[in-house]
Amino acid sequence: MELSLIRTVLRAGRAVALLLLVAGAADAGSPLPERQAELRHMVRQDCGSCHGLRLTGGLGRAITSEALAGRDPVDLMDVILDGMPGTAMPGWRPLLTEEEARWIADYLLTESE
Amino acid sequence: MMLKVLALTVLAALPAAAAEDLRGTGDLGLIVEREAGSLLVVDRSERAAIGRIEGLGDLSHASLVYSPDERFAYVFGRDGGLTKVDILTRAIVRRVVQGGNSIGGAISDDGRLIAVANYEPGGVKVFDAETLDLVADVPMGSKTVGIADVPGSRFAVATWDTGEVWILDHSQDPAQPVITRLEGIGANPYDALLTGDGRTYIVGLFGEKGLTAIDLWQDPPQVTRFLPDYGKNQPDLPVYKMPHLQGWTLADGVFALPAVGLHQLLWVDAEGLTEIARTDLAGQPVFALARPDKREVWVNFAPPDNDKVQVVDVLTQQVTDTLTPGKGVLHMEFAPRGREVWLSVRDENRVEIRDTRSREVLGEIEARAPSGIFFTDRAHRTGL
Repeated sequence: MELSLIRTVLRAGRAVALLLLVAGAADAGSPLPERQAELRHMVRQDCGSCHGLRLTGGLGRAITSEALAGRDPVDLMDVILDGMPGTAMPGWRPLLTEEEARWIADYLLTESE
Repeated sequence: MMLKVLALTVLAALPAAAAEDLRGTGDLGLIVEREAGSLLVVDRSERAAIGRIEGLGDLSHASLVYSPDERFAYVFGRDGGLTKVDILTRAIVRRVVQGGNSIGGAISDDGRLIAVANYEPGGVKVFDAETLDLVADVPMGSKTVGIADVPGSRFAVATWDTGEVWILDHSQDPAQPVITRLEGIGANPYDALLTGDGRTYIVGLFGEKGLTAIDLWQDPPQVTRFLPDYGKNQPDLPVYKMPHLQGWTLADGVFALPAVGLHQLLWVDAEGLTEIARTDLAGQPVFALARPDKREVWVNFAPPDNDKVQVVDVLTQQVTDTLTPGKGVLHMEFAPRGREVWLSVRDENRVEIRDTRSREVLGEIEARAPSGIFFTDRAHRTGL
């Protein structure tokens, strides 16, 4: 009885810590609203060169939220930053910070037309 | 009396009024408004927009070709839509959604067939230019790129996934093209072009260094790899937008080609297909277009340098001017005799018109996120 209570408290504590961590990361790393507008524009126009204006695919695969469902945002961030060797996907590290790439990954996973 | 005079005036005015209503299309053009899914009809002589055609679907990466009478245009949309528009009445004549995702098309030299290259489902579909009825469906097991109209009711196209070039000959039976399939062209052709004489089909490769030239005057067509080592000793720079090969041209027996992964223009002797010079540029070139008199090559760039245009002298291979028209210069189209150039400035929602000699801005037209600019003189040129 006691043991299970301790476990529950511990679990709740971990959850709170995790929440704080996530909130903290988002808080520190989220691009400013003006930059977010630029990033949204970049996704439509520049990513759109290969993935289509509506992200439904072209030379590159579809990257709509439906097409990317289940993908890990950190993996997507890595692909955005460093590209995919052996394909036409370039690394965008020279043009984006890690926080911006992560923002784009989250944006792609949640945004729908 | 008064009535009689009036009647006479009306009669006299009639033929003149009718002539006023008639017009040629030789100085007209269409500008793709990619997000709005519309086309702006422009008049080169007036340097003005004279109308808009709407309802063409997803026009990102859209291109178009003209009918031989320069009245109709066939528009290839990203969403697989093939739309025939009338630039005089500014209306859609017909529209079919022929694939899931298309990349470009071509019109046969007799003006009777329209071929569309598809990413999804891949291959090429060929349509009747009058009715847009399907004439032939040629699956190729690959995304297709760089489709061009070869003289004699033929089309050439390259395959991105399988590295082949297919030549479809529709001259005997449009529905049953005779197919010449050339394998081993190179890894991942990303675009191709046909020289204005219809002789040489040049394929740009993304998956490996170098390019491939195909001499269509030979039977069977002769395949030559060239510049196999360009940039071998330099690290590849990221390519944020694929170069376009349409419009590379022969200037003075020389091709000027945009490099891939290098911020350079490559000069190649057309006869021997050997490199003769390189020009350092401001960024990854996208279009390298010769001014119609072939005296200069104008270049635009992939992001983040897509606010610039550079002008390169053909005789010295030196950059003579760096212009900054504005954010997102996506395309350039020259007046047929080269006097002015129209530039689409996507992020500033305008088209800028410049004198090609003084570089002075001559005018500006409002357009919604403009991309491709297409003047009707393309109707009479092979490989566009």
